[in-house]
Amino acid sequence: MTYIAKPKFHHPGLPKNDLGYTHRDYEGKISTLCAGCGHDSITASIIEACYELSIEPHRVAKISGIGCSSKTPDYFLGNSHGFNSVHGRMPSVLTGANLANRDLIYLGVSGDGDSASIGFGQFAHSIRRGVNMTYIVENNGVYGLTKGQFSATADRGSKSKKGVMNTDNAIDLVAIALQLGASFVARSFSGDKTQLVPLIAAAIRHKGASFIDVISPCIAFNNHAGSTKSFDYVREHNDAVNRLDVITSRDPITVDYAPGSVQVVEQHDGTRLALRKIDADYDANDRLAAMTFLQKHAAKGQVVTGLLYVDPDAEDMHTHLDTVETPLNTLEAKELCPGSSALEKINASLR
Amino acid sequence: MKPTDISAPDYFHKVVDCQWACPAHTPVPEYIRLIAEGRYSDAYMINWKSNVFPGILGRTCDRPCEPACRRGRVEETPVAICRLKRVAADFKDDVKHRMPKVSAKNGKRIALVGGGPASLAVARDLAPLGYHCTVFDADPKAGGMMRSQIPKFRLPDSVIDEETDYILGLGIEFKGGHRVDSLKKLMAENYDAIFVGSGAPRGRELEIPGRKEAAANIHIGIEWLASVSFGHVEKIGRRVIVLGGGNTAMDCCRTARRLGGEDVKVIVRSGFEEMKASPWEKEDAIHEDIPILNFMVPVAFKHVAGKLIGVTFQKVKAEYDAKGRRNLVPAGEPDQTIPCDDVLVAVGQENAFPWIERDCGIEFDKWNMPQVDAKTFASTNPKVFFGGDAAFGPKNIIWAVAHGHDAALSIHKMLSGEDITERPLPEVNVSSQKMGIHEWSYDNDISADKRYKVPHRDKVIALKDIRAEVELGYDVKLALGEAQRCLNCDIQTIFSAPACIECDACVDICPMDCITFTENGEEEDLRTRLKAPSPHHDQALYVADGLKTGRVMVKDEDVCLHCGLCAERCPTGAWDMQKYLIDMTHAGSTCQTKARSAA
Repeated sequence: MTYIAKPKFHHPGLPKNDLGYTHRDYEGKISTLCAGCGHDSITASIIEACYELSIEPHRVAKISGIGCSSKTPDYFLGNSHGFNSVHGRMPSVLTGANLANRDLIYLGVSGDGDSASIGFGQFAHSIRRGVNMTYIVENNGVYGLTKGQFSATADRGSKSKKGVMNTDNAIDLVAIALQLGASFVARSFSGDKTQLVPLIAAAIRHKGASFIDVISPCIAFNNHAGSTKSFDYVREHNDAVNRLDVITSRDPITVDYAPGSVQVVEQHDGTRLALRKIDADYDANDRLAAMTFLQKHAAKGQVVTGLLYVDPDAEDMHTHLDTVETPLNTLEAKELCPGSSALEKINASLR
Repeated sequence: MKPTDISAPDYFHKVVDCQWACPAHTPVPEYIRLIAEGRYSDAYMINWKSNVFPGILGRTCDRPCEPACRRGRVEETPVAICRLKRVAADFKDDVKHRMPKVSAKNGKRIALVGGGPASLAVARDLAPLGYHCTVFDADPKAGGMMRSQIPKFRLPDSVIDEETDYILGLGIEFKGGHRVDSLKKLMAENYDAIFVGSGAPRGRELEIPGRKEAAANIHIGIEWLASVSFGHVEKIGRRVIVLGGGNTAMDCCRTARRLGGEDVKVIVRSGFEEMKASPWEKEDAIHEDIPILNFMVPVAFKHVAGKLIGVTFQKVKAEYDAKGRRNLVPAGEPDQTIPCDDVLVAVGQENAFPWIERDCGIEFDKWNMPQVDAKTFASTNPKVFFGGDAAFGPKNIIWAVAHGHDAALSIHKMLSGEDITERPLPEVNVSSQKMGIHEWSYDNDISADKRYKVPHRDKVIALKDIRAEVELGYDVKLALGEAQRCLNCDIQTIFSAPACIECDACVDICPMDCITFTENGEEEDLRTRLKAPSPHHDQALYVADGLKTGRVMVKDEDVCLHCGLCAERCPTGAWDMQKYLIDMTHAGSTCQTKARSAA
């Protein structure tokens, strides 16, 4: 951590977004995490994505559980709504908040302990329900706050800092999310912002359950030889299937892509995702193929990254529940209580 | 780009913008930190070593450091470096015991012509080495133009006395009231070397109609200021016109306001913006109710029966030719005559060497200036050196001091039998400031305060007494606030690629977006790919290679706050904050070999 506050001065030539904000305006308090923590780069990527999308900070709710990762919402979007909930309960709190006010942008920030252990069930159900949110797991494979025990996402056969081998099987949250019906699934790496920032931006614009697993090396306890979540290991084994450009305006796509090399996905809100294929055979619209691809490559020790699956026609929980467009928390007694004559009518229809 | 060679002494010197811009290369951030610690005497001695006249310069310097100050690129105004220098002088304890000891004479004699800043700087450097220095000046006391031309309300005599005495106290022989009127005669006295620091003592004339007829009320600025300074002139007419737009004009008009001038105007040929006077001196004049009229060229002095009644001006406007050069052309408006009782002419200064016989072995150029080597300050006569305004025409005190150091080094080398063109490299010391995981030996928290104003004496009182100093100087509290604004640019960010794991922590934390990890390229290309715009190409890019991913680390030095957050957030110590101190080579610095590599 750092003792001084980050100086308020910023580069005099910083560009501003449509709202007149620089990326510095999307910062929060200064991070208290260990120096070099991958989570801080994810924080920076969230800041960058929100800046690029010209999001009004007061339209965002950032919700987290417990752990190093769950501390990070304090470090970005200082002017947004925040809820630091109980360990593993972020998905439930987020679901409730989303039910009450569907107008906000929901950022669920969690870690591998928070989502793959204590909150595994919560994670599953929020994905299963298709809550409109961006669920980010800052995945370092260890319990950093308790000095580096293996977490449930640590790969079998990887070594702890002390040299102990992990004998348990790993939970691959991406595979689970795909299986549970998440309509936007991606994996990325905290050390590759050029990949991560557009993924976060696309996920925010996606209507439905977006899930991003970000591998984020723990500098203090999981960045050694033998770890599969270290900077060196991920850099060496990173198998990116595609690169993403998020195009938010309605203008024609002006970037020059080689024919056949790009897949354009148009989302509900008009956002277009231009996927520059790195793996020519990879189809980001095929859930089953994605699951197979992941398993195959994981068996070879590769870390598959990129936008792995997106359903452009996704629906969310509110569509399933057929709730009104108006956020429930703004409905007045007048709308909620239609009066005794309406009740009479309903009762009569049931007789 | 090639990786930056940070071992070259100039690389980090340039990052300390203020020090690089200072002709004497005073270690500014170092003395500002000492002021913040309340160590005024130490701050004074650092200045004294480097610029010889901290108290005088702290009031009168032209401050080339301030426009260069990084703070001016980060927010609106630079650190008040100059006035902090005065703080060191104002609040120091007795420093007499810290001055060099009078040393045993080495038998060599140096004559110094003129008792101004250049000669005194030479004497200051040479006397402690055992040279017998004799300073000649036409005025009874030492100080030269600092005493004769700068008004007392800007620079009190006590300050000049103190700082000239420190130098004369080194066993220097001062011959006041002794004008040297023949170099030949001086040379005949067999000095081992002669230094000419006689300044630019002649005010430029303004030969327009009426000059002779109305001569009684037309005064040459610097001569008039000297007469005021020595008490020969005590009043001036009610309506005064000052012609000229330099700092001398500002001193003239403000002096006139104190000697009975109620309606004082400054009238300049150029536009207000292009005036040579420092912006703060213009402000001070305007504050004393002196209007500055521009684009008016004086064409005639009006007079009746030998008495000046006014000055006629032609109105002009600025036009720029294809090469961007400015020409003043008639604006087409009728001439204007402004009535006045006295005129002060401050349209420039010239050198004058009527006392140097042209057969002394000193070559003069077509402008009647001596040929002087810009590095060694030697003339074509190997025993005669020039410095200050006498060398290259009118500049400022700080330039005279810088010339003095260099000339003293030349004289010392010559009299030691060395080649004077070989200039020893400065000594550079770079050391880590790390005290703990997040602790540094300097205060790295950045103050957001705006520049503090220097308190001024009440105008009514100030205008009544020509000797009452207008600026009162910072008090301790204001000085501390202002000192905290310094960005400590001498605490350098040092990057070590082998230690870097490319975690981006430094990139993410940097408040100014200075740091980028990217593919290498040519400088022009790299500058377009940085995390933040890079408009100042005179500011270096610090490039380091040898990273695992094959990328390079590029740091734009332009607006770095030197807050050290990159180093605090670095998990592997690839970044470190190291203090860079450069000790300029003065006469008598330790011997250094040519092969020595810096840092």
